[in-house]
Amino acid sequence: MSLNAPAEIRMINSIAAHFGYLRTEQAATAVADHIRKFWDPRMKQRLLLLIASDTRDLDPVALSAAVLLR
Amino acid sequence: MSLLKEPDFGTPAKDGPATVSLEVDGLSVCVPQGTSVMRAAAIAGVDVPKLCATDRLEAFGSCRLCLVEIDGRRGTPASCTTPVADGMVVRTQSPKVAKLRESVMELYISDHPLDCLTCSANGDCELQDMAGAVGLRQVRYGYEGENHLDAVKDQSNPYFDFDPSKCIACSRCVRACDEIQGTFALTIEGRGFASKVSPGAGESFMDSECVSCGACVQACPTATLQERSVIQLGMPSRSVITTCAYCGVGCSFKAELRGDELVRMVPHKDGGANEGHSCVKGRFAFGYATHPDRVLRPMVREKITDPWREVDWDEAIDTVARRMVDIRRRHGAEAIGAITSSRCTNEEVYVVQKMVRAAFGSNNVDTCARVCHSPTGYGLKQTFGESAGTQDFRSVAQADVIVVIGANPTDGHPVFASRMKQRLRQGAKLIVVDPRRIDLVRSPHIEADHHLQLRPGTNVAVVNAMAHVVVTEDLVDESFVAARCEEFDQWAEFISRAENSPEAVEAITGIPAAELRAAARLYAQAPNGAIYYGLGVTEHSQGSTMVMGMANLAMACGNIGRDGVGVNPLRGQNNVQGSCDMGSFPHELPGYRHVSDDAVRGIFENLWGTALLPDPGLRIPNMFDAAIEGTFRGLFVHGEDIAQSDPNVQHVLAALGAMELVVVQDLFINETAKFAHVFLPGASFLEKDGTFTNAERRINRVRAVMKPKNGMHEWDIVCQIATAMGYPMHYDHPGQIMDEIASLTPTFAGVSFARLDEVGSIQWPCDDDAPQGTPIMHIDAFTRGLGRFVPTPFVPTDERSTRRFPLILTTGRILSQYNVGAQTRRTANIAWHQEDLLEIHPHDAEDRGIADGDEVTLASRVGQTKLHARISDRMPTGVVYTTFHYPVTGANVVTTENSDWATNCPEYKVTAVQVALARPVVREQEAHALNGVLAAELVD
Repeated sequence: MSLNAPAEIRMINSIAAHFGYLRTEQAATAVADHIRKFWDPRMKQRLLLLIASDTRDLDPVALSAAVLLR
Repeated sequence: MSLLKEPDFGTPAKDGPATVSLEVDGLSVCVPQGTSVMRAAAIAGVDVPKLCATDRLEAFGSCRLCLVEIDGRRGTPASCTTPVADGMVVRTQSPKVAKLRESVMELYISDHPLDCLTCSANGDCELQDMAGAVGLRQVRYGYEGENHLDAVKDQSNPYFDFDPSKCIACSRCVRACDEIQGTFALTIEGRGFASKVSPGAGESFMDSECVSCGACVQACPTATLQERSVIQLGMPSRSVITTCAYCGVGCSFKAELRGDELVRMVPHKDGGANEGHSCVKGRFAFGYATHPDRVLRPMVREKITDPWREVDWDEAIDTVARRMVDIRRRHGAEAIGAITSSRCTNEEVYVVQKMVRAAFGSNNVDTCARVCHSPTGYGLKQTFGESAGTQDFRSVAQADVIVVIGANPTDGHPVFASRMKQRLRQGAKLIVVDPRRIDLVRSPHIEADHHLQLRPGTNVAVVNAMAHVVVTEDLVDESFVAARCEEFDQWAEFISRAENSPEAVEAITGIPAAELRAAARLYAQAPNGAIYYGLGVTEHSQGSTMVMGMANLAMACGNIGRDGVGVNPLRGQNNVQGSCDMGSFPHELPGYRHVSDDAVRGIFENLWGTALLPDPGLRIPNMFDAAIEGTFRGLFVHGEDIAQSDPNVQHVLAALGAMELVVVQDLFINETAKFAHVFLPGASFLEKDGTFTNAERRINRVRAVMKPKNGMHEWDIVCQIATAMGYPMHYDHPGQIMDEIASLTPTFAGVSFARLDEVGSIQWPCDDDAPQGTPIMHIDAFTRGLGRFVPTPFVPTDERSTRRFPLILTTGRILSQYNVGAQTRRTANIAWHQEDLLEIHPHDAEDRGIADGDEVTLASRVGQTKLHARISDRMPTGVVYTTFHYPVTGANVVTTENSDWATNCPEYKVTAVQVALARPVVREQEAHALNGVLAAELVD
C-alpha cells in the first residue's frame, strides 16, 4: 500500500491487518466495531466517500468492514 | 537533612513478626528477628546518639557514638550493628558509655571548623545535635596538629557544594550513593586520618559518574554536602509536602521555604512512590517556576502575525469564549475541541474534558497521553480489563526475573530505577529488550543476563517468540490459565505456529534464537517474573499489539496478581495515568467508560445537566488532519507543546496555521504558542492545589507552596471559560472537583482530599471493597473477570529503511532533561545537556566520513534537521538515536505520521533516515594524504 494513500485508507488497512488472525467475516466485524468505537463520525464519512470512488488501495477485510459501516 | 524531621530509627526495618522481646533502659519492646538494638531502642522511645547510622542505610558501625552496655556481654557494643536477642537487657546511658561518647565527640570536633554560628547547616546539623546530646563541654585538642580544615571545596556541581573541611568521614554519602541510588560514584579514598570522600578517582563531582540525585546531600549529617540554595538563601523556615511534576514515578517532596521563597525540595521519606529518594530533576530542577521567561499576564491577538496585546483575565476569558462560540455557530460543535495535559492535575484535566463535552458540546478532547501510552490503555483493557499497570513500585523488591522492554529507567524513571537496581544487586535476573545498550545492560554491580538487542519495530515478533517458547516447551502455568483466563486455546494455536518460533523470527528481529529461547525460559521459570516497559513498546505502529503480547506472556506464565510480578508501564509524565483516568480520551468518560454506553452517559448527563454525544470525537492526529481539511477550527491546548512534541512537525504546523482560534495555556511562550491567538498564563506545580496519579495508580496530593503567580488557578480559568460560553461551571475548591470525580467514577469512589491528607496517598481502585486502595491488581480475578488471551500477529511497520533512507532513527530522553525541555532547559540542568546529539555507530559514521562532534544533517521522507554527531556503539549498526529536548534541533521534524493501528499513538521509535555531514570537511589525515598526492604529482 502506498504511504501516500489517504489517512483513513491507511488506518483501516492497518486495523484489518492486526485482526488478520480472524476469519474474514469475523475480522470485518472486528474492524467495523473498532472504527465505531474509536473514530470520529467525520472520519467514517470520509472513509466511505473515499471508498465510493476508489477501492484499489483497500485490503479485502477492510473493504468488508467498510460495507458494514455504511 | 531536612527541616521537617521524620523519625529516624537508625537502621532499616526488618520484615516479619515482632517475636523478640527485650528491655531498653527499663522499657520493654518486641521487635522482629534481625532488628538492631539501636532500632529497638528507637521503637521503645529511646534515642541512642548516632552519626554514621540512619534508617535509610544498612548499619556501618564506624562512628562509635552509639555504644551501649548489654547485660551479660563484655564491652560496649555498637547498637547499630548488634542484633537484638530475646531477653536482652540494654542500657543506653551509663557513666562508662557517656565517657566514651564524649571522647569520641571530642575527637570529631577537634578536626571540625567551629563556625557553627555562620555555618549553612546551623540548626540542621547532626554533629551539632550530637555534641549537645553527649554533653560535650570542652575539646582538649587544639588545631595545631594535623587536620582537614584547609581542604578545598568542590563547587563544580551547579546544585550543591562539597566542603571536605566539614566531613566526619561517616561514609553516609558513599553508602547512600551505593545502597539507595546504585551509582557507586563516591568512595572513601585513603586510610586512617587520610580518609576522605572522593567522587570517582579523585575527580570533581561534575566530572565523576555522579548523577546528582541528591542522596548524598540528603544523607550528610553536616554541612559537608549542602544545597547551594541553602548556602545562598539560608535555612528554610517552613515546609509543605507535595508531589513532583516531572516523570510518572510521582515522588513526594517536602518543599522547604523561607518566607515565600522556595529554598529546596527534599524527598519525603513517607512518600509511597519514592520513600525518601529523588533524582536530579525533582530534587533540584525547580528554578523554571521563577524563570524570567514565564508569562504572567494573559495575551490576545487577532491574527498570529499580529503582536501580542496584554489584557486582563476577564478580556482573555471573554475572547476565548466569544470566538469558540462563534466558530461553533458557523461550523458546529464538532469544529472545536481541546487537548488536556498529563502535566496538569487530575482536577484540571477533569474540568477541561467536562468543558469540552458539556460547554463546547463535542467529544473532541484528547490528551498528550495519545502520543505516549494510549496503547497501554487499549492493550491492558483488552486483556486484563483495566487500563493501568498491575503493581505498586515496591513490588519489584519481590521479583526474581525482571524484564525491561523499551524503557530506559535510569534516565527516564530514575527513582524507580534505583529500586530496581537494589533488587538486581540482591540477585534478581535481568532481561533487557532494547535496540540500544542502555545503562542497565551493564553498570556497577549490574549486568543483564540477556540483552535482546532487537531491530527497531520488531517488538511483537520478539514477544511472540518468547510466548512460543513458553507454549511449545510446556512452560505454561496451566492451573493459572485454567482458573483465571479465557480464549487460551485459540491463542496457543496461533502462538505455536512455526512462524512465531525464535528461529523463524531471528532474521526479522536480529536476535539469535538460542538467546531468545534462554531468555524466555528464564522468565517463564522464575518464581516471580515482572515486566516493566516504556515508550519503546507503545510508540510503534504495533504498540497496542505489543502491550497485549506482553499481557499474554505474563498470563501464560501465571505472572499476574501477586507481589513481584505483573505488567507495568513506566509512564512518561507525572500525570499520564491520571489524565487518562479523568476521561481525556475522546471515546471515554472518566473511569474508562465508553461514551456510547447510554447508562454511563446518563449518569454524567444527570449531574452535568446537559446532553452528551454518544460518538467518539477526534484524537490529536485526527484533529490535525481535520484542521487541514477545514472541519476543525478551534483548539484549546492545555499545557502541551504539540508543535515540538508531536511527530511530523510540518504537518502539525500546517494544522495549527489553518485554525481560526488556537488557545494555549502554558508557563512559557512555547513553539505552539507561536500559532496561538490567545495565551493564558499557567501555574507551575508549586502553585497548584490538586492531585497527580502516578504510574502505580497512586493518587498523591499536590499542595500549593505559593500563590499562583498568574493570579488565577488553572481549574478556575477553565470553569470561567465554560461559564462564559453559557455552561455554568463553578467550584469553590479543587477538593470539590475531586468529590465530583469520586461521585461519578467507581474506581475513585473512596477518594477525597480529606482522605488523602489523612493517609498520604491512595492507589485506585478505592471503593467499599478496597477502602485502603489497591496496590496490586487482579489478585483473585481480573477486572474483566477472566484474563483474555488475544492473538498478536506481527505486522511489520510500513516505515522501512530504503536506499535513500538506509538508517532507522529511534528517539528517547536523557536523565537531566525532560520531554520538550520547556522546564529543564530553564534550569541549571543544561550543564549536563546543552543540545540534542545524534548517536551514530562508528561503522555508520565511518561510512559517511563523520567524526565525533561533526554537524550532520538528519533527513527523513518528511523533513530534515541538523545536529551534532556523537559516535557511540550503544546502538547496533543501522540505527541512530537522538533526544527531543531542544526546539532548535526539532527531532520531530523528521518523525512521520505513522502510528499505532489501534490508538494512533505515533511511531516515534521507527523512522527511516539518512545522515550526512552538514558541511563536507577535509580532515587532517585526508589533507596530509591529499598533499602527498599533490607532491607526488609535482615530482612526476
